[in-house]
Amino acid sequence: MMMDTKAAGAQAGSRNATAAYDAASAKSVLQVKGLEVTYYTDLGRAKALDDVSFTLGAGEKLGMVGESGSGKSTMALAMMRMIKPPGRIEGGSVIVDGTDLMALDDDTMRRARLDKIAYIPQGAMNSLNPVTRIGAQMVDAIKSHMPREGRSAIMDRCMHALRSVDLDSGVFRMYAHELSGGMKQRVCIAIGILLEPKVIIADEPTSALDVVTQRQVMETIDRVQDQINAAVILIGHDMGLMAQFVDKVAVMYAGRLVEVASVREMFTDPKHPYSQALISSLPNLDNKGVFQGIPGLAPSLLRLPSGCAFHPRCPHAEELQRTVRPESVTLAGGRTVTCHLYAEEGQRHV
Amino acid sequence: MNFKIVVKRLLFFVLVVWAASTIVFFIPRLSSRNAIRERFGELARTGGFSPGDIEKMIASMQQQFGLDKPMLEQYWQYLGNISRLDFGYSLSKYPSTATEVIAQALPWTIGLLLVTTVVSFVLGTLLGAVAAWPKAPGWLRSLATPFILLTGVPPVIMGILLLFFIGFRLKWLPLGGAYSAGIVPTWSWSFFLDLMQHQILPALALIFGSVGGWVLSMRGMGITIQGEDYVNFAEHKGLTGGRIFRDYYLRNALLPQVTGLALALGTVITSAVIVEGIFGLPGIGTALNLAIRANDFPVIYGIVIFITIAIAALMTILEFVYPLLDPRIRAN
Repeated sequence: MMMDTKAAGAQAGSRNATAAYDAASAKSVLQVKGLEVTYYTDLGRAKALDDVSFTLGAGEKLGMVGESGSGKSTMALAMMRMIKPPGRIEGGSVIVDGTDLMALDDDTMRRARLDKIAYIPQGAMNSLNPVTRIGAQMVDAIKSHMPREGRSAIMDRCMHALRSVDLDSGVFRMYAHELSGGMKQRVCIAIGILLEPKVIIADEPTSALDVVTQRQVMETIDRVQDQINAAVILIGHDMGLMAQFVDKVAVMYAGRLVEVASVREMFTDPKHPYSQALISSLPNLDNKGVFQGIPGLAPSLLRLPSGCAFHPRCPHAEELQRTVRPESVTLAGGRTVTCHLYAEEGQRHV
Repeated sequence: MNFKIVVKRLLFFVLVVWAASTIVFFIPRLSSRNAIRERFGELARTGGFSPGDIEKMIASMQQQFGLDKPMLEQYWQYLGNISRLDFGYSLSKYPSTATEVIAQALPWTIGLLLVTTVVSFVLGTLLGAVAAWPKAPGWLRSLATPFILLTGVPPVIMGILLLFFIGFRLKWLPLGGAYSAGIVPTWSWSFFLDLMQHQILPALALIFGSVGGWVLSMRGMGITIQGEDYVNFAEHKGLTGGRIFRDYYLRNALLPQVTGLALALGTVITSAVIVEGIFGLPGIGTALNLAIRANDFPVIYGIVIFITIAIAALMTILEFVYPLLDPRIRAN
């Protein structure tokens, strides 16, 4: 969408917008542009990611929300270049700290994982090797990136990472089955920050934990992010948790980013009809017990609706929405939305 | 691992051996056949003995083997003898003891079975692991296929086919026996080479028959393990493929294989009986075969109990090894 913005800006002859964009990209540590992933299944092609673009600055936290199957985890895997067949990354770029990950050869990409961009897995319960000690799993991660690192330097790194996530140094000598769920998740975070990456993707880091532990884990992520000043992408369903911890919220629907806004804007003034429905489905103190669901079901990626993929469930759907695919537009304050309703408003702000 | 568990395992080992020897004691006694009477019956047919003398000789032999005593007393004595590995005299190779017959046959079987079992376990496990690993080169992955096909061929047929084509038609290797006829066993290179030439075909028959099984179970396990979160996370950590394969994938997929190894040890003896028969090797299988034909009860007892002890001992050893491979077992 930044590309679009730039093009539109040039057309309008607005030098200011272009300059603002350049300034933003200069301090941003992560730029994702036009990322596309397709799964070639027996039933047909499923476009799991469609032209996903966003930027993130150092120290910023982005919450990525959306229904199951909307492409949140696919996006995380695509950024790590870990999409497995029958999936394929069809295009786009992921620029971390000036390096386009999509252009790297396989071995350089392997070394970029954890070093530049780290992934904290969804199923922390089973993400640790059950037959080797936690320490061994931290040491091998460091060694595969720094083969010449000395023993004591490696140990320092491990101990520092364990301290950062509030774990006792004794965990180093333990096995996964000796740890609680929250401890395992924190070990995964510790492994994620071993090499102080620029970008951390946490894929539903709290999904299998109780609420108290959820909060502890989120606070841990918050703290380690401050220490290493990384950009964090937090993937999850829990809007409440998001509201407390992230700076920006991105809403995904059927493989597209339909809205990206600051957390305040998103919760007080959501623009996209889907975001509006999401926010109004949340319980709040004013109308207890009256929850509003979103009518309809998430569409199958194999047979996406024409035009705007959300139109069958959208209260504003008309001929335009049914036939023309909306483009992403930038609104006042730099927030973006992919909806026909804001096309004109977007033009004014570019 | 604490002391209590060790004692528990050892007691279990004793229990298994006791149960097996009790079954072995009572089953032949349920039959009405009398080995001594049958032997003397054969003698009587050749003539020259009066029926009264035969009866006297049978009675004296019965006494000598303790078969005239009450069943329970025989049983106690038998248990005592087993604990000293004393199975009495061989009936067919008198005056050799059954233990001596077994001791002569044992090295042949251990040599062949140990080597072939270890080779097929290692080969089958590695081939299976590679066959399930998507990043392995295609030619390496396809190596497993012929072995899977060979699993369907029983060792008997495999042994005969090998003998016919390699031994008889091509004359590359000897047709049978433990070593060439007319050679006196010595500790020399030439004897060792001769010995090895005779072992190749039986070893191949056993290996071809069992590698496929290991390949199949390991491949199945490998496919399960490579979908595990910890293998994925290892890749996210940026580890090299070799390290993920060894420490995350192979190490975990190996655990059920080791259990399988313990279970396979029992069936390995069965195929040894057949293969030794085909290739004329003087091992336990052949000794058992001869003993059964000659109604040589003490040797049959001895071999069966010996096999029981050996398998129970190996299982106990594996039980002690398993916690070293899987820390989760150690905890419980």
